[in-house]
Amino acid sequence: MSDTSLPQASAPPATRRTIGSAGDTLFEWLCRGAGLFVLLLLGAIILTLFIGGLPAFREFGLQFLWSSDWNPVEGRESYGALVPMLGTIVTSILAIMLGVPVAFGIAFFLTELAPQWVRRPVGTAIELLAAVPSIIFGMWGLFVLVPFVQNYIQLPFGETLGALPIVGVIFDSNNFAGTSIFAAAMVLAIMILPFIAATMRDVFNQVPPVYKESAYGLGATRWEVMKGVVLPYTRISVVGGIMLGLGRALGETMAVTFVIGNANRMASSIFDPSTTIASVVAMEFPESLMGSLKQSSLLALGFLLFFISFVVLAVSRWLLRSRLK
Amino acid sequence: MSATIVSTPSFHKRDPAMAAALNRRRRFVDGLVRWLCIIATAVGLFFLASILLTLILRGISSISIITFTTEFRPTTYGDPTAETGGLYHAIMGTLVQTAIGTGVGTPIGLLVGTYLAEYARNSALGNAVRFVSDVLLSAPSILVGLFVYQLVVLPMGGFSGIAGGAALAILVIPVVVRTTEDMLQLIPNTLREAVVGLGAPKWKMVTLVCWRAALSGIVTGILLATARITGETAPLLLTSFGNNVTSFNLGNAMASLPIAIYQQANSGFPDLIDIAWAGALIVTFGVLAINIVARLLLAGRK
Repeated sequence: MSDTSLPQASAPPATRRTIGSAGDTLFEWLCRGAGLFVLLLLGAIILTLFIGGLPAFREFGLQFLWSSDWNPVEGRESYGALVPMLGTIVTSILAIMLGVPVAFGIAFFLTELAPQWVRRPVGTAIELLAAVPSIIFGMWGLFVLVPFVQNYIQLPFGETLGALPIVGVIFDSNNFAGTSIFAAAMVLAIMILPFIAATMRDVFNQVPPVYKESAYGLGATRWEVMKGVVLPYTRISVVGGIMLGLGRALGETMAVTFVIGNANRMASSIFDPSTTIASVVAMEFPESLMGSLKQSSLLALGFLLFFISFVVLAVSRWLLRSRLK
Repeated sequence: MSATIVSTPSFHKRDPAMAAALNRRRRFVDGLVRWLCIIATAVGLFFLASILLTLILRGISSISIITFTTEFRPTTYGDPTAETGGLYHAIMGTLVQTAIGTGVGTPIGLLVGTYLAEYARNSALGNAVRFVSDVLLSAPSILVGLFVYQLVVLPMGGFSGIAGGAALAILVIPVVVRTTEDMLQLIPNTLREAVVGLGAPKWKMVTLVCWRAALSGIVTGILLATARITGETAPLLLTSFGNNVTSFNLGNAMASLPIAIYQQANSGFPDLIDIAWAGALIVTFGVLAINIVARLLLAGRK
């Protein structure tokens, strides 16, 4: 079994083969076992969340999905997933709407427009943004972004757009704390920006140069090459990158908890406080009683979050499959 | 959206005035998009700069040697003579739990990555493992906290440092899997053939040649995973919960830097918020430093 067996050709080949193959079988099964462990891990996560949420699913049935109740008072306990679920989806979609144009701009800049010496440092800086821990985004969001959003976005937009008929109610809010759905969406947008930008940059770089060169040869400008050649060639992967960002936004916890206001009630305006699945779990789970209906409801919420983000991430990975090869 | 847009200008009847106007418009749009992209990049960099500057401006004034050597103390607001607390308990807790997370998660991740790159490049089981690992990489970390709560905290009857370490280990695995597999796939097959041609068994080829050839890449992955879990808050909230005193007992609730930041930032007392900023500064620069070292390691290899 020692290293010296390599150069010694004189050792009996039969013995060597059995020792070698025993080691081979062992090592292969060690690796395969670790692989199976990962599969088992995902299965176990789904199963524990489902089993933990089972009492809540039994108690409330399908009503759990569209009830906006959140009443922990003993004897009148009633929990529903509607508010946190809507909060999760609305903040994530708003974050995508805010973040994708900027991410596209960064990716376009880094692949086509910027001079070579700019690309590396700027690309690295954007990637470092992804490394900043989410709690830091939360603190920065609470102490820097929330006052900014309140003074320069909520008030002017609320006054001008709030007067519009029908859609006005979305912008009209008398929330004075500043923590709101919009603030959460903005923090999320900044957090997913580097992930989407990095994916887009990588797929843009994969376009065969010949295609781009032929378009340039016809006299196309850089924007025309992007619109007519690069984007059509990469659109599936681009959507995959956006879905990856969406999957991250759905499950983000600490940053959102800091800035969304954690109010478990229906919000009519994007400048009202609300909550998301991840932040309601982070806020209420540690203080809930072991085995209580509340704890089970929170686990049921966790199961729903897992289901939603699993679907989004699976679609993202399927769309990005050509890039992964 | 189709390629015809590109060729439209040149194939119609030539009208010099119209061609010039069209040309101007195309140039204008191109210039506009270019400026918008530069602004977008500036916006991205602005946010990074804003976060780092805020951390430095608010953190540096409250950071001192006391921050590293003293435990948590309740608020001393309004009493300038009182001694302020520090984050020693949280720094120790983070070191212990991060060490457990990295120590347990790395070997598993390394073996899985090896399995994917060396044994199961195109098998059905390999594809399933790869898919699941990629999903775990981006899955909400708070759900890992809920999972470990059900599996470890409930049976043990309370929050514990070992539960925190377990949650972090689960987060380490997919990061190490991804980098290990990527790095092993970069190794040319001729190298493998040369080793096997000498008569070495496959496990020796993998451990003595492939792992060694991919070493800097694998270490990069481990560093990135460590950086990621150092700043993790959500899963620890449900597993090790946080503690106001220094504790090395893995069976009890254990403090950690992110949790201490979270609790003190939301305490409402200005002096505790200052300590939270100091903690935020320590965590962020620690995490960014690990990231930069990891990048340099990988850049030095190429």
